[in-house]
Amino acid sequence: MLSPADTADRLPPPPASSSRSPLCRAAGLGLAALARLLAGSSVRWIASQPDTCQRVYFANHTSHLDALIVWSSLPQAVREVTRPVAAKDYWARGFVRRWLAEEVFDAILIDRTDIKVHQSPVDLMLREAGATHSLIVFPEGSRSVTGEVGEFKSGLYYLAKKRPDIELIPVHIDNLNRVLPRGEFLPVPLLSCISFGPPLWLERGEAKLDFLARARRAVLALKE
Amino acid sequence: MNDPRTIALVTSVLALLTAATAVGQFLKRHPDRGLDPAAIRTFNLRLRGWWILCTVLAAAFWLGTTATVVLFGLVSFWALREFITLTPTRKGDHRALFWVFFLFTPLHYVLVGLNRYDIFSVFLPVYATLFVLTRVAVAGDYKRFLERTAKIQAGLVVCVYCLSFAPALLQLPVAGTSTATTAAGPSANFRLLFFLILLVQFADCMQYVWSRMLGQRLVAPAVSSNRTWEGLLGSAASTALLAAALWWAAPPFQPWQAAVAGLVVAVMGFAGGMTMSAIKRDRGVKDYGTLVVGHGGVLDRIDSMCFAAPVFYHITLLITGARPG
Repeated sequence: MLSPADTADRLPPPPASSSRSPLCRAAGLGLAALARLLAGSSVRWIASQPDTCQRVYFANHTSHLDALIVWSSLPQAVREVTRPVAAKDYWARGFVRRWLAEEVFDAILIDRTDIKVHQSPVDLMLREAGATHSLIVFPEGSRSVTGEVGEFKSGLYYLAKKRPDIELIPVHIDNLNRVLPRGEFLPVPLLSCISFGPPLWLERGEAKLDFLARARRAVLALKE
Repeated sequence: MNDPRTIALVTSVLALLTAATAVGQFLKRHPDRGLDPAAIRTFNLRLRGWWILCTVLAAAFWLGTTATVVLFGLVSFWALREFITLTPTRKGDHRALFWVFFLFTPLHYVLVGLNRYDIFSVFLPVYATLFVLTRVAVAGDYKRFLERTAKIQAGLVVCVYCLSFAPALLQLPVAGTSTATTAAGPSANFRLLFFLILLVQFADCMQYVWSRMLGQRLVAPAVSSNRTWEGLLGSAASTALLAAALWWAAPPFQPWQAAVAGLVVAVMGFAGGMTMSAIKRDRGVKDYGTLVVGHGGVLDRIDSMCFAAPVFYHITLLITGARPG
C-alpha cells in the first residue's frame, strides 16, 4: 500500500504534452485537494503501483464526483497525463462545468445520445489518448442507483482489443455514493476509499462477455 | 501562564513522558528481556500518540480559548464523520446529514465559544433532534425511521455535544472560587481541562494494565474481549489516587473532591469504551479508522473523553457552585 505522496518523487517526469495554462493547472490542484478533503478519501494501491505509462483506469460509477476523485487520487505526475472520460450531456452544460471539463481536467467528453458506427466513443477515446495519455472510464455507463456494481458495457472490451498494449487498472470507489448520491447537489463529508488494483489485459481469444465479467470481478475484488 | 502550578504541571508531565519514552526505547533496543515485543511496540506507539496529543494541546492552549474550542470542534467534526460513515444511512437522510455537518456542528461550537451555556446545553439535544426528525420525515422515506434518526442523534450527542463540554471547561468561572487559587486567572481553566484529559488517558491506560495483570471476569465477552471488572475497579482506584495526588493542579478541588472526580472519569471512560465497542461489534469492524489507512480512527481515541467530559463538567459545577454562562 502506497500513498501518492510517497511515490510521486520516484516517477519519471511526464511527457511535455500539457498545454493547459498555469491558472487551469492551479485550479486543478486546488480542486483535487478540495475534493480529497471533502470526500475524506484514502487511497490504496493494492498489488499495484502508480505509473505514467499509458493506462486505462476503469471504475464503478456511483456519483458525479467519481471522475474528479479518481483523477485527484493519482499522484501529480500521473494526473498530468490522465484524462477522464465523461458524459457530454452533463459536463458540457453551463460555463463552469464546461470550463472544468475542458480546461482543468482535460476531459474527453462523450455524447451518450449520439453514438454512431463511424464515430464510436472508443475510437474517439483512443484518438484523444494518442500515444501518451491515460484514461479514466466508467464501464457501467451510468451511475448505479443502489450502490451495486452493474454489468459492464462493451466499450472496455473494444478498448482492450484495439490497444492491447495499454494496461487496464481496476479501481474501486467505496462510499462516494453516500457523499453525493444521485440527484443531490450538496455533499455530505463522509469518508470514502479509492482502491487501485493490479493491471489486467485482454487474454488471447478471450470472449467479450468473459472479459467483461472478469474486469467487473477485478473491481469488486478490491472491495474486500 | 506563568503561575507556579502550571509550570509544575507542565514539568511533571514532560518529565513523565520523557522517562516513559526512555524506558520504551531501552526495551526496544534490548528485546531479550522476556517481554512481549508486540506489547512494547504498542507501548511505544501509545507514547508517540501522547507526545503528539500534548504538543497539539500545548499549541492550542498557548493560542488561547478560541483556538482550543476550534481544535475540539474539528475533532468533533472528524469523529462524527467516522461515526456516520460506519452507520448505514439511506438516501432520505442525506439532506438532514448535510445540515447536521455544516450547520448544527459548527454552530454548536460557536455557541460554546461564545459561552452561551443557556443555548448550547439544549441546542443539539432538543433543536437538532427536532430538525433531524422533521427533515428525514419530509424527505419521504419512512423505512426504519426511528432507527435512522436515532443513529444521527446518537452521533451528534456523543461526538459533538458531549465532547464540547471539554473546551466548555475553559469558560467556567472557577478561578478565585477556592482560596488557594486567587491569583490563577485563565490558566486555571486550562489546567482544569488538562487535568480532565490526563485523567481520561490515565484511566484508559490503567484499565489495560489492570486487565492484563489481574483480569479474570470479562464484563461483556460478546462486546469487548479485553474489558474486565478487575480492570474497571483497578483503573477507578488508580485514577482516583492520581487525581487526589494532583488536586493542586485542578483549581476548585479539594483532594477528596479530586478523587471523586477521578473515580467518576474512570467509570465514564469505561462506559464510553464499552459503548463504542458495542457499535463497532455490530458493524463488524475493529476500529473506526479502517477507512483511513495507517492509523486508528479519531473516534477510537476520544470515546472515553466524550463520555467523561460532560460528567466532569457538571461535577465541577456542583463542587464550585459556579454558574455557567
